[in-house]
Amino acid sequence: MPDRHETDPGSPEAGPLVRPYVMTWGRQRSDAVQLDMISVVIAARRAEVDEMALEPEQVAILDLCRRPQSVAEVSARLDIPVAVVKVLLSDLIGRGYVLARAPYTTESPVSRDVLQAVLDGIQRL
Amino acid sequence: MASKGSDPSSGENVIPSAIKILIAGGFGAGKTTMVGSVSEIAPLSTEELMTEASLGVDDLSGVEEKSTTTVALDFGRITINDGLVLYLFGTPGQQRFWFMWDELALGSLGAVVLADTRRLETCFPSVDFFERRAIPFVVAVNCFEGAHRYDPEEVREALSISPHTPIVLCDARSRESSKEVLSTLVNHVAETVAAGV
Ligand SMILES: Nc1nc2c(ncn2[C@@H]2O[C@H](COP(=O)(O)OP(=O)(O)O)[C@@H](O)[C@H]2O)c(=O)[nH]1
Ligand SMILES: [Mg+2]
Repeated sequence: MPDRHETDPGSPEAGPLVRPYVMTWGRQRSDAVQLDMISVVIAARRAEVDEMALEPEQVAILDLCRRPQSVAEVSARLDIPVAVVKVLLSDLIGRGYVLARAPYTTESPVSRDVLQAVLDGIQRL
Repeated sequence: MASKGSDPSSGENVIPSAIKILIAGGFGAGKTTMVGSVSEIAPLSTEELMTEASLGVDDLSGVEEKSTTTVALDFGRITINDGLVLYLFGTPGQQRFWFMWDELALGSLGAVVLADTRRLETCFPSVDFFERRAIPFVVAVNCFEGAHRYDPEEVREALSISPHTPIVLCDARSRESSKEVLSTLVNHVAETVAAGV
């Protein structure tokens, strides 16, 4: 613990997988490391992937994430527990191979537009 | 607010944002059935790895040994538009899974509590959970053949559900019926937001 000066003291979740260059990703770093079940992940199209440096499961994740997927979907489709998927994904995000989007949360009141969109989406089914 | 989720530095990657609704209720109440009836993908199941220590609540033995356990979670997906995806999670209703509900409930739009007409009381822990956390929910009474036909007000009385909480009868196997349940929930969330509760 004492030698992890690069991690934000305010984020207890930041573990050894948090590399400093995650910060260069351009949005809040916590998006990258605090993956939720419904964080949506996608393989970065421009990334040049060094597959030799990855776990086989990570190669499978990259393949699956050519279309946007939630963490839960990656877990279910590859049959890897969510907690493990999060670790593998954090590493891929750190390498710049995967981009993630934090879920829409309702800690602040949901906007009418979102509610209307959800309602329309349900009724369209 | 369904804004484009592309990372500015990557140009072509557009990442949708996700939102979730929970489908709760006792074992066999029809949670997986409801998820499946509206999901655009066959319901998926994921396993959450948990150490027994985090189950702690009802384990008073004080044993330090941490064995791991897995909890299965069913979910489905509905694409709302290019920028928004809705996930439906069927959440196990037993009290010993509450540690998992907390993470799941965080940031959810709202919840459907499925009441099983054969054993109404099994949805009570779910009702209690959402009430305590002020998460908007609706009660959907899943009508099983041969079971007592409740009318919504009977259910409200039996489970002492607040007059503001919508109660609807449903058939979890029917897409139309499940759509109606979800629409009722979203409208209820809209009213809750408007009322500033
Ligand atoms: N008659 C009837 N059966 C249902 C209905 N919903 C679910 N079932 C059946 O009840 C069983 C349990 O449903 P399931 O969705 O697995 O329950 P879960 O444990 O809450 O996920 C399944 O065999 C379903 O086919 C319903 O609305 N009516
Ligand atoms: Mg089920």
